[in-house]
Amino acid sequence: MVQLTLPKNSVVKTGKTWPEPKGATNVRKFQIYRWNPDTGENPRVDTYFVDLDTCGPMVLDALIKIKNEIDPTLTFRRSCREGICGSCAMNIDGINTLACTYGMDEIKGTVKIYPLPHMPVVKDLIPDLTMFYAQHASIMPWLETETNAPAKEWRQSIEDRKKLDGLYECVMCASCSAACPSYWWNGDKYLGPAALLHAYRWIIDSRDEATGERLDQLEDPFKLYRCHTIMNCTKTCPKGLNPAKAIAQIKKMMLERAV
Amino acid sequence: MADVNRGDRPLSPHLQIYRPQITSVTSILTRITGNSLIVGSILIVWWFLAAAKGPEAFARADWVLTSWIGDLIMFGSLWALWYHTLAGIRHLIWDSGRGLELETAEKLGWIVIIGSAVLTVLTVIVV
Repeated sequence: MVQLTLPKNSVVKTGKTWPEPKGATNVRKFQIYRWNPDTGENPRVDTYFVDLDTCGPMVLDALIKIKNEIDPTLTFRRSCREGICGSCAMNIDGINTLACTYGMDEIKGTVKIYPLPHMPVVKDLIPDLTMFYAQHASIMPWLETETNAPAKEWRQSIEDRKKLDGLYECVMCASCSAACPSYWWNGDKYLGPAALLHAYRWIIDSRDEATGERLDQLEDPFKLYRCHTIMNCTKTCPKGLNPAKAIAQIKKMMLERAV
Repeated sequence: MADVNRGDRPLSPHLQIYRPQITSVTSILTRITGNSLIVGSILIVWWFLAAAKGPEAFARADWVLTSWIGDLIMFGSLWALWYHTLAGIRHLIWDSGRGLELETAEKLGWIVIIGSAVLTVLTVIVV
């Protein structure tokens, strides 16, 4: 359901302003969403100041510096620091992206950081992605076959393999789904851009033998058709993929098999 | 994980913090124009019904429709009609599987915005 405002317990208050580093000349202001499950208080936005002369170039570098040197309670997910694990997806400067690959030089003024939008918050910048993963599992993200497994491997022509380019690279960071207004309002029933991109990845895989079944599963007013081509997904994807196009291709296949 | 508090987890901010994109703004405007066209069409239906009813009823309806507020609604509806039409054509293009690259989609968004403004002005000049 569409609810434009935040529930009472989610309204964001102004938080603490942490002291500026002494003697630094190249200081950047950070406003970061905080929520502590142990206090029962509303979320707040804390203000930090980071000396960029002693900090790496990426937003993640600044977050780690804040955690190491200013406030060890700041909580966020991160792992690979090179855009392949998808852990550090968050809302930076109004768009969803990976903190590790987003440069601070791309942001003007204060760096505002929030968790991925419209998600239950576990703590600070960590959203609960249980639903997101369940939706991914629901599209059967594996090769479905009926014929006996070949002795060596399932072969695929170079052309057929090329069809998977722009799809297999998805790292499941949830930036796209959390950027989608349709997913915000109907995230319980609409699968969202990430799961649908994965669905398409298996639908067009020449080796897969469950194409019809996969399409049947998506034939639903909500699962697939809540996509209204808003394209926030494609615009925000930190890997430069195009979920909106993948979804449009599924819709087209639906139509083609119906006529 | 048994003692983790899952009950009153806050919902992270969404509309409040997400930067509007050209594709998202043109998308929501499609819905807004589509819905607000109801106002203009109701007025026009009333105008026609009044014309069928008699001179007095027509004079009343005509007065409302040609007053400044009526003019404003009609002008707005004119733009909404052009906007909604162009946005509908854009959806047809997308449904054919074309125009879904980000640059093209954003260009189409600007075409819808500028195109609807130009067509509205042209219509006002012609009519």
